[in-house]
Amino acid sequence: MVDGRSLTRRRAGARLWLSLTWLGLLCLAALFAPWVAPKDPLAQDLFLGRLPPFWVTGAEPGYYLGTDSLGRDVLSRIIHGGRVALMVALIAGVATCLLGATLGLLAGFLRGWVDMLVSRFIDIWMAFPPVLFSILLIAVMGPGLWSIILAIVVIDWTRFARVIRAEAMAQGAMDYVASARVAGRGRLGTMVREILPNVLPTVVVLLTLEMGIAVIVEAILSFVNLSISTDDPTWGGMIAEGRTSIHQAWWVLVFPLITLFLTVLAFSQLGEGLKDRFDPVLR
Amino acid sequence: MRVLQAILVRLFTTAVTLAGVAVVVFVVIRVVPGNPIAMMLPPGATEEDVARLTALYGLDKGLWAQFGIWVAGVVQGDFGTSITTKAPVLELVLGRLPATLELSIMALVMAVVLGGAAALVGTRWRGGRVEASVDVANGMALSVPDFLWGLVLILLFGVLVPVFHISGRVTPSLDLPFTTGFYLFESLFRLRFDLWADLVAHMFMPALALAIPLAAIIGQLLKQSLKETMNLDYVTLARTKGYGEFRVILREALRNAALPTLTLVGVQFTFLIGGTVIIERLFSYEGLGNMAIDAVINRDLPLIQGIVVLFAVIFTAVNLVVDLLYAVLNPRLRHG
Repeated sequence: MVDGRSLTRRRAGARLWLSLTWLGLLCLAALFAPWVAPKDPLAQDLFLGRLPPFWVTGAEPGYYLGTDSLGRDVLSRIIHGGRVALMVALIAGVATCLLGATLGLLAGFLRGWVDMLVSRFIDIWMAFPPVLFSILLIAVMGPGLWSIILAIVVIDWTRFARVIRAEAMAQGAMDYVASARVAGRGRLGTMVREILPNVLPTVVVLLTLEMGIAVIVEAILSFVNLSISTDDPTWGGMIAEGRTSIHQAWWVLVFPLITLFLTVLAFSQLGEGLKDRFDPVLR
Repeated sequence: MRVLQAILVRLFTTAVTLAGVAVVVFVVIRVVPGNPIAMMLPPGATEEDVARLTALYGLDKGLWAQFGIWVAGVVQGDFGTSITTKAPVLELVLGRLPATLELSIMALVMAVVLGGAAALVGTRWRGGRVEASVDVANGMALSVPDFLWGLVLILLFGVLVPVFHISGRVTPSLDLPFTTGFYLFESLFRLRFDLWADLVAHMFMPALALAIPLAAIIGQLLKQSLKETMNLDYVTLARTKGYGEFRVILREALRNAALPTLTLVGVQFTFLIGGTVIIERLFSYEGLGNMAIDAVINRDLPLIQGIVVLFAVIFTAVNLVVDLLYAVLNPRLRHG
C-alpha cells in the first residue's frame, strides 16, 4: 500500500517547485525587462492597433501576443508590468509583515494593555471592507507606487497581527518559556530568543500569502485607475483596457489575466506548500 | 448568567469599534490634500463663492468642530449632502443598498449550495480520487480571489459562450414596475418571471465570482467535520440499520457537523460583502460598491463617508449577530 503521507508530501513538493519556477521566471523577466521584452512597452503605432497573437491570421511578426488599441506590444507590457507587481509584492509584503508580526508578537506575549490596544485596533480594522479602504486611502494620498505600498501596509497588518498574536499566546503558555524565565531570561529576551523562532515558520507562510494579496491589490487599484501613472504598463491597467474592448480584442484581456492568475496562484500555493513543510504532523 | 455577561461585553466592544470606525473614517478623509470646494465651482468663481460654499459644507470650522457636526448628524441619520449629485447622502446610499444586499445574499446562497455539494460528494466518496479532486478544486478556488474569478467568468460566459450579461443590473430598456429597491424579490412577488430571469442573468456571474472562494471554505470545513462525524458510534449504528451512505450523511451526520461551518460562514460573509465593491465595478452593477468608487474618483467626501460608515455598520452588525448566535448555541457557554 502506498503510504498516504508520502503521497501528500510528494504532491506538496511538486506544487512548491512549480510555484517557485514560475515566480523565478517572472522575477528574471521583470529584472531584465528592457533586454527580455521584444518591444518598447510604451511605443504606440496606430497602424498596428489590435493585432492578434501570433497564431491567428492577421498577426504581425515580432508581436507575439498581439497589440492593444494603441498598437503597444502586449507581451512587452506584461513583462514590464511584472516589475511593478513584484516590487509591490516584495516591499509591501515585507513591510506589512514587519509591522503586523511585531504588533502581534507584542500583544500575544506581553498581554495586558498592549494586547487590549492592539486587539481593539484589529476589531476596528476588521469593520472596513479592505478594497474600499485601500481605494479610499489612495484617493486621499494620491496615486503612485508608494501610496499603494503604504495602503497595503496600513490595511493588511491585521492579517499578521491576528495570527501571530494567537500563536505567541499559545507558545507563551508552554513549559519551555517558563523554564527560560526561570533560567533568568528577561521578558524581551524570552520573546525574541524563545517565542520568535517558534512563530517564524508561520510568519514566512503569511508573508508568502501576503505577497500574492499585494499583487492582487495592485492590480485592483490599477484596474480602477488609481495606481501609478496611466502610461506605465500594469497588469491591472491592461485588464481594465482589455475589459472595455473584450469583443474586439480578447487577447488584451486574456494574457495579462493569465499572468496575474498564475502569479497569485503561485504565491498562494507556495504559502500552502511551505505550511505543509513546516507542519510537524505531516513531517 | 454567563451568556448575559458575554452578550453585554460583546455589545460594549461593538460600541467601541463603531466609535473607532467614525474616528478613523474622519481622520483619513480630512487628510485629503485636494480642495473639494474648488472642484465644485466653475472656472472664474470669485473668492466669495468659495467662502460661501466652504461655510455651507462646514469646512471652515476647526477639525473637532467638524467632527462634532458630522457625528451629531450621523446619529440623527443625517450624513450630509453629496457634493457631486447635491442629493442627501442617506437617500443615495439607501437607494443603492438593496442592490448590494441582493447580490450578497444571492452569492451566499450559491456558496452554501456549491460548498455543501462539494462537502457531501467528498464525504460520500472519501479516500479516493473523487475526494482528491474535490480537494484540488477547493484549493484552486481558495487561492484565487473573487476579482480574478469575475474576469474568468466574463471570458467564459460573457464572450466565449455568451449566456449571461456582463454588465448592469437589469436591461435598461425594460419597464420596471418596482416600488422597492429589491428588484429580485419584488419581481418574484409580483409574479413577473420575465423580469426575474433578466435580473438573474445579470446577477449570476458577479454573484458566482463572490461565491467561489466562500464555497471552497465551506466545502473544506464541512467535509472535515462530516468525516469526523462519520466515525462516531451513532452514525455507525444508523449504517447498521441498513440506511444508504448518502442518507446517513444527510440525515444523521450533517446535523451535528454543521455548527462549526455555520459560525465560519457568518464571519466569512463580511468578507463576501467587502468583495462586492470591486465585483460591482467589474460588472458595472449599480450597487453601493460601484457608487463608492465613483465617489472616491470624484472626491465626493460626504458620500464616501456615508458609504464607508454604512459598510462598517453592516460588517459590525453581522459579526455581532454571529457572536451572539454562537453564545446562545454553544453548549459550553450555555451550561458553564
